Amino acid sequence: MTVAAAELTITVDRLQKRFGRFTAVGGVSFEVRRGELMGFLGPNGAGKSTIIRMLCGLLRPSAGELRVDGVDVARHPEDVRRRIGYVSQRFSLYQDLTVSENLGFFGGIYGVGRDRLPQRMRYALDMAGLKARADTLVGELASGWKQRLALGCAILHEPRILFLDEPTSGVDPMSRRRFWDLIHDLAAGGVTIVVSTHHMDEAEYCNRIALIDRGLLVAIGTPDELKHRSLGGELLRVECGSLGRALELLRDYPPARDVAVFGRTLHVLVDDAAAAGAPLRDYLAGRGVDGVRAERIDPTLEDTFVRLIGSRRPEAAA
Amino acid sequence: MSDAAPVVSASRISKAFGAVRAIDELSFEVARGEIFGLVGPDGAGKTTILRVIAGVMAADSGAVSVDGVDVLAEPERVREHISYMPQRFGLYEDLTVDENIRFYAEVFEVPRAVRQQRAARLLQASGMEPFRRRLAGQLSGGMKQKLGLTCSLVHAPRIVLLDEPTTGVDPVSRREFWEILYGLREEGVTILISTAYLDEAERCDRLALLHEGRMVYCESPLQLRRRMPGAMIEVPTPAARAARDCLAVLPGVRGVLMVGDGVHVHLDVADDGPARLQAALRAAGIPHELPRAIMPSVEDLFVALVGGGGVRR
Repeated sequence: MTVAAAELTITVDRLQKRFGRFTAVGGVSFEVRRGELMGFLGPNGAGKSTIIRMLCGLLRPSAGELRVDGVDVARHPEDVRRRIGYVSQRFSLYQDLTVSENLGFFGGIYGVGRDRLPQRMRYALDMAGLKARADTLVGELASGWKQRLALGCAILHEPRILFLDEPTSGVDPMSRRRFWDLIHDLAAGGVTIVVSTHHMDEAEYCNRIALIDRGLLVAIGTPDELKHRSLGGELLRVECGSLGRALELLRDYPPARDVAVFGRTLHVLVDDAAAAGAPLRDYLAGRGVDGVRAERIDPTLEDTFVRLIGSRRPEAAA
Repeated sequence: MSDAAPVVSASRISKAFGAVRAIDELSFEVARGEIFGLVGPDGAGKTTILRVIAGVMAADSGAVSVDGVDVLAEPERVREHISYMPQRFGLYEDLTVDENIRFYAEVFEVPRAVRQQRAARLLQASGMEPFRRRLAGQLSGGMKQKLGLTCSLVHAPRIVLLDEPTTGVDPVSRREFWEILYGLREEGVTILISTAYLDEAERCDRLALLHEGRMVYCESPLQLRRRMPGAMIEVPTPAARAARDCLAVLPGVRGVLMVGDGVHVHLDVADDGPARLQAALRAAGIPHELPRAIMPSVEDLFVALVGGGGVRR
């Protein structure tokens, strides 16, 4: 898809970051459109935070180019910081100040004018659902509240781009959903959002996902594209009596391109789920495994991720 | 679930830290060869439960037995039967993979011949064979967890307690980790595993859904699914926010969740739901594709059963 340059708000070209001999980010290129909600998905240590810190102008790249809202980040990091909001893994709030005091403090840091600050604080309190807690000490808030306050602090200066680094770590599912709802509202209002997570299920909230592994971009696309096209096949869930025996048999069955145990069932990757079910049942029945049920299921992002990066693992090569 | 007698039995156990009730009157039983999941967000009480069962922390009240041994009365005897892998397993970072395994084998007094055979099999199952001479400190997070599991299993325990072993681990290692657990299940080993990843719950035979120290439900993933009230409908749309605002006010809609390529709608009853959603979107001029029923996730269940129903308007 070609996009007019004006619609792009982030462009990253062959970005690299080395720490001594260790390559944290090994040449990554991608673009983010205005109002898009882009997710970085990958395990701990994949390089997600490093990329975000470079985009925020907090860390100098070793090589490559990056532009955020038209600004060359390496040359004008201060310029970039005025245009963006950043929420780090540990939202750095002052535990011994109240909710309002924290907002006032961060409003000052981000240079929100005195005339605008009261209105922006009201907006942030309202958005984060913290109106009734304005005078509560932050140290007394549950983690879901703190997270929403951190988001409120990061948008006081009306940034056009928001970077969120693992914002939902340790937050309960209800608060997490509420948080994502806020994020979607901001994106619908034209704010571009880049968010990192290692929760496979959470990436589904994003418009597009960049799969990151060991400092490299493994794949990029919408959740649907990644789940269906990148998987390169369809998934069958197979239920039967003797799981162990069926697993062995299916590993020697060429139409089954991959087999994994999942609870009391097997997940089998095939080219065409509708066509593969009956022959697979016959194959197993002919070798003494009865009562086989096979049905097509929707793949998850984890299925795709395992498929795409499994072959890159030294363990797999050995 | 082959044997009738439970291997692990907890009866009304409670534990408080100051004013916080970490676990509150919990009762459950685990059968031999079962993979039993303790599932819930941080602070739900998962770690405390495992510590009480392992006999490393005493409950304030209630009774726990492991393989017929009363844990509160004889915590030392319990430790012969079980292996407990805490969130931070004590690997020696300056020892190699092999040296760590040998160390734990000696701690557990495993005979040399048995140790070598078991270690070889476990290392092969976890794909760590090529890394036997690597220092533990130089392993990735996923490999460290697999080494921790190998060390925990070197004395062939009959019951294994694992506290969030897959947190922050990459998905490939996570899948390999579960393959090892499924192999142990085949051998009749009983496994209690805690996880904060709700999507991981489906890999367990049975699970306890925990929230703030209490057990919300305790059953198989399939049974849990059947408890989901109503139906989940996926509506692909490029205008997720407009779709949410339009659909959330319809009667019979319990909640609407915005996702990357559309919305998920939780309906009271399945019936003619998809058609009604489509009619409302069409009337409002919101572009969309055909709505379709999807399987609720464990997180959908958690939210529906524990509190709220997505976003209420």
